[in-house]
Amino acid sequence: MDTRFAPEDIAFRDEVAEFFDSAYDTDIEARLSSFDAAVFKPAIIEWQKRLYERGWIAPGWPKEYGGTGWDATKAFIFESERASRGIPEVIPFGLKMVGPVIYTFGSDEQKERFLPRILSSDEWWCQGYSEPGAGSDLASLKTRAVREGDEYVVNGAKIWTTYAQLADWIFCLVRTSSEGKKQEGISFLLIDMKSPGIKVNPIVSIDAKHSLNEVEFNDVRVPVANRIGEENRGWTYAKALLAHERTAIAGVADSKRGVEVVRQYASAEVNGGTRLIDEPLFQKRLSDLEIELMALEFTELRVLASVASGDAPGAESSMLKIKGTEIQQQVQELAMEVAAYYQGVLPGGPEPDVLGNSLGPKAFKNYMYGRAATIYGGSNEVQRNIIAKAVLGL
Amino acid sequence: MNFDFTEEQVMLRDSVARYVQDDYDWDTRVAIANSETGMDLTKWQTFAELGWLSIPFAEEHGGFGGGAVDVMLVMEELGKGLVLEPYLATVLLYGGLLHKGGNSELQAAYIPAIIDGSCLGAFAYLERQSRFELADVKTTASASDGGYMLNGEKVVVFNGASADQLIVSARTSGEQSDEHGITLFLLPADADGIERVSYRMMDGQVVANIVLKDVKVDAGHVVGELDNGFALMTAVVMDANIALSAEAIGIMAQLNSKTVEYTRTREQFGVALGKFQALQHRMVDTFMSYEQAKSLLYRAVCALTDDAEDEVQAIHALRVMIDKAGKHIFGEAIQLHGGMGITDELDIGHYAKRLMMINTTFGNGDYHQAKFNAVRYN
Repeated sequence: MDTRFAPEDIAFRDEVAEFFDSAYDTDIEARLSSFDAAVFKPAIIEWQKRLYERGWIAPGWPKEYGGTGWDATKAFIFESERASRGIPEVIPFGLKMVGPVIYTFGSDEQKERFLPRILSSDEWWCQGYSEPGAGSDLASLKTRAVREGDEYVVNGAKIWTTYAQLADWIFCLVRTSSEGKKQEGISFLLIDMKSPGIKVNPIVSIDAKHSLNEVEFNDVRVPVANRIGEENRGWTYAKALLAHERTAIAGVADSKRGVEVVRQYASAEVNGGTRLIDEPLFQKRLSDLEIELMALEFTELRVLASVASGDAPGAESSMLKIKGTEIQQQVQELAMEVAAYYQGVLPGGPEPDVLGNSLGPKAFKNYMYGRAATIYGGSNEVQRNIIAKAVLGL
Repeated sequence: MNFDFTEEQVMLRDSVARYVQDDYDWDTRVAIANSETGMDLTKWQTFAELGWLSIPFAEEHGGFGGGAVDVMLVMEELGKGLVLEPYLATVLLYGGLLHKGGNSELQAAYIPAIIDGSCLGAFAYLERQSRFELADVKTTASASDGGYMLNGEKVVVFNGASADQLIVSARTSGEQSDEHGITLFLLPADADGIERVSYRMMDGQVVANIVLKDVKVDAGHVVGELDNGFALMTAVVMDANIALSAEAIGIMAQLNSKTVEYTRTREQFGVALGKFQALQHRMVDTFMSYEQAKSLLYRAVCALTDDAEDEVQAIHALRVMIDKAGKHIFGEAIQLHGGMGITDELDIGHYAKRLMMINTTFGNGDYHQAKFNAVRYN
């Protein structure tokens, strides 16, 4: 057992730190945290292009497709350095979700057509999995794709589609057969968002923002060439990537940053002459959280180490998802406590110097939208079912 | 970065695991627990022959030269069998103090007898008023005839009834709670002026209160430095915190697997209990508590072996988590075993009681959380 960094890892950490410190300037930081899509979308593209040009946009991808070829330690270092500076993660739909499906199961033409523009962020993707009638029970989805010659005709609706209003493409699970088990009649399609018959309806979420959507499909024609792999095998392709998605959802490095922010603000807040950070009840809540997070950090390292030695991430990734999202929500809750009255200030209100507080609107947005984390990616209750079956054998 | 064990470590772990499984079955354990001394010296001799008593000691004294990982693996397996023999008291506390603080003469004279199994030891540190504070020492040691004279009382001394040798903390200067002024003394447990009252604890171990009346100790039997015993005992106790946590992890693993197994076979309403989602999710939660506690155990062991700066924080965090996870896991184990869970006959309650004793040894969860907070936020 050894968790010390090798000298080359320390050199790598310095290299990453140097890059982030110069590339992530205050200008891009301000634009990335804007609530206005006209500001933040170009900012995200600009930021992701900086990572792309440095060759670090897709750490998880194999080298031959434009990945970095890093081992688990280097990937961990990169994540830690990113998160500790409060730098947002890349938009995951292309880089972490559909990209790996395409390079693993796609045709050579699909790889050539789609992967370069995912890496360069020139094309934006969104995810068409959930439906109004299919949430945690994803396999009961009903959006139909009927084959007509070289095309599928797609009818139905997808929901909770993050940034559909900004996306160029959507990857969808659609029903191509109602024979056999419900998982067996599903295909994986790549659909151009400019196709006639697609309608995007906004959903305003409890953080008072519009990032979610319902996407309607009315006789949308999709070339058969845009199907990943075989017809009716889409569930297998989607499932292979879900475990990776869950591992990423743990968000340990970001929660550590969140705790750091809470500590900074709690050191400045004073109540009746006592700093919040010095109040025993607050300390108890903070350390309950920090101790769980210290543990989760090592749980994640243990999973990463076993993946690095050749094991596929299995049901452990469900545990990372459950604990990771529970801890994220506790961090968000503490930030709300620290913000006191200012927790109720809606984003887009007065600037911090006028308002008298810079934490409130951010804490509100994170706390409210953070409720989604225990629901998406397979709700935490579904993750418990997976562990009960796959790990405990019940 | 790796969490692998060396081939030697795997062999050590397997040797303890096999022994516990084959030679320390539940009936054997019950018989030992009900015996007068609460331990079996023939078992202890086997531990010596298998080399387990030599693990932390230096090779020059016949030791194995092992580290925190080796101790962790042994304690985890001993925990699985609820082994009663005084490994903590003799090897890790009494032996640990000699190993870390004894001068070479004391080490050469006393460590080989630990390793060959001929000497049982105990560390007498606790007093009626001291609760979890190691520095709260009223027992006095006054200079006399070129040596020292000890007076006072030590309580709940682990292995205090059977020990051949004691290491006793006593005040040589300073006030009752001062960290400075505590000295550690090595003395035979049957020295003149020592009176022992032994009694059994809920986890089966037999402990003693030890009254010291004008007990003479030679000046050469000071372990560590005069007046500076606090740092030495703190260092040994911090190591012991990790070892106890490893024992707790072994116990939690047993409780979880026994509970899952029970719910797979026990039927109610015509189905196995394990088919009920409400119960499945509770067992998933205890599984996660176990994994989280194990992660902090690894974190603390790595911090210790890597000499990391956050070693002290990592150990306090570990003890907080062991307390929390332990209560969660044994509580659910008893509940899911239904009526059987509250019988003395079933092993579940005995695992629970050992966890409860671990969680009050060298500080409970609240104590360690307060220490953690003091280091981290002040």
